[in-house]
Amino acid sequence: MTNEELKSRITALNPGATYEEGGEWLNVVVSPDSWASLAASLRNEKDLDFNYMFCLTCVDWKTHLTMVYHLFSFTHKHTIVVKAKLDTKQPVIGTVCDIWRTAEFLEREVYEMFGVHFDKHPDLRLLILPDGWEGKNPLRKDFEDPINMIRL
Amino acid sequence: MFEEIGTNAEGDMMINMGPQHPATHGVLHLVITLNGETIKKVDPHLGYIHRSIEKMCESLTYRQFIYVTSRMDYLSAHINNHACAMCVEKGMQIEVPGRAQYIRVIMDELTRIASHELWWGAMSMDLGAFTPFFHSFRERETINDIMEETCGARLTMNYMVPGGVMNDIHPNFQRRVKEFIQLYKRKIHEYDELITGNVIFQNRMKGVGVLTAEQVISYGCTGPVARGSGVSCDVRKWWPYEVYDKVEFNEVIETGGDSFARYLIRMKEMDQSIRIIEQLIDNIPDGDFQAKTKAVLKLPKGEFYSKVETARGELGVYIVSEGGTTPYRIKFRSPGFSNLSILHDMAKGGKIGDLIASMGTLDLVIPDIDR
Repeated sequence: MTNEELKSRITALNPGATYEEGGEWLNVVVSPDSWASLAASLRNEKDLDFNYMFCLTCVDWKTHLTMVYHLFSFTHKHTIVVKAKLDTKQPVIGTVCDIWRTAEFLEREVYEMFGVHFDKHPDLRLLILPDGWEGKNPLRKDFEDPINMIRL
Repeated sequence: MFEEIGTNAEGDMMINMGPQHPATHGVLHLVITLNGETIKKVDPHLGYIHRSIEKMCESLTYRQFIYVTSRMDYLSAHINNHACAMCVEKGMQIEVPGRAQYIRVIMDELTRIASHELWWGAMSMDLGAFTPFFHSFRERETINDIMEETCGARLTMNYMVPGGVMNDIHPNFQRRVKEFIQLYKRKIHEYDELITGNVIFQNRMKGVGVLTAEQVISYGCTGPVARGSGVSCDVRKWWPYEVYDKVEFNEVIETGGDSFARYLIRMKEMDQSIRIIEQLIDNIPDGDFQAKTKAVLKLPKGEFYSKVETARGELGVYIVSEGGTTPYRIKFRSPGFSNLSILHDMAKGGKIGDLIASMGTLDLVIPDIDR
């Protein structure tokens, strides 16, 4: 599907979606509450069939956090980028690890690094950081570690 | 995590594998729940070699951060550098000279052969065969010597920079690569005679760690792991970069989905890499090895994503730029991370002895997973 067709298809599924210009692929911005249901349709609708999530990450913009999901369809060969803005104080978004299994580990990584809480995630605990890690989330921009701070 | 070790309420035994276990090839720590010899759960605990490379890169300039990435997947150092250089070039819209493109592809393919050879030796050693290790290192040393002559390093190359490559190739480079190709062709049959056709080896590999195509795509696995289950996902074919669209090679696909299929993929991929190098080595065009770039690189505001095929699968580099000299945020989509996440599904219901065989064919490199 071309970007224009994808746009109208996604608007039909999620009327609140907005689109960002620029970038290599179509950028869709959705609200965090509607993401999980949109994700299910992106995966399951025959003409969309986004079966491969090749990147899941988060960006700290200081005023808010942005979740970024890169999706690709091996059947239709189209790519989209879905973004959702989250509050810095209490970031919550629905999990998609039942739709794309790769999200289970990637969401755990975002959870410890950015403190994003994934609603209904079956096993949300630390993956990379040591047990009993206390304090702020390392990849947040306001993270400071007086001893081991990496700065060159 | 250590209080979990022992026997749980259901009478299952929980044991540690790693972080200092020889078969995990690095500091991977698995907590395995066992019922007798049958695996019920595999829970990886990561972070023993986490250096927070993504955070580190936020304070490094676009020329500096490439050096750190050689330390991620150290067996594919060239290819990691390549992915980062390509992402910066995409943002700056730098045209890479033809000579540099040829050199890059040759280096990538040599790296792939070296990586697969190390994997072959190490995996055979996991299964109890010690001799293959010496055979594979004999050829791998030759590649390392070639690299050393041109790049000055044997492991962390830092050879590919935004705009091209750091230095021109050494005058001996073409001759020595051709000698290596001859050596490889003379010796590769030994690999098959030693291991591939071995009945004990085949019995341990066939039907072990079976993955379906749906599972593989859902877990985001790429590289030989996905291709072993019949999923075509080679970045070099799907999204050709540099001169991969000008050379002839086959994407190796097996449909078995078991450990033996993944083993065969890597063995055949080495032949394809040799095929690519043969087509390029005599045709390296004259000209600059690096495009003219400014001393200080500034990426325009925006987001850039580039992907390459490493020896382990698809490596993605996602740069968010605010227009400065350093990335605002950088994310490495590492192939090993996704390939590791399938381990539980793969090992569940199998025997503990088979875990070594199936994990060996995932070809995990721990610094690539932890970053």
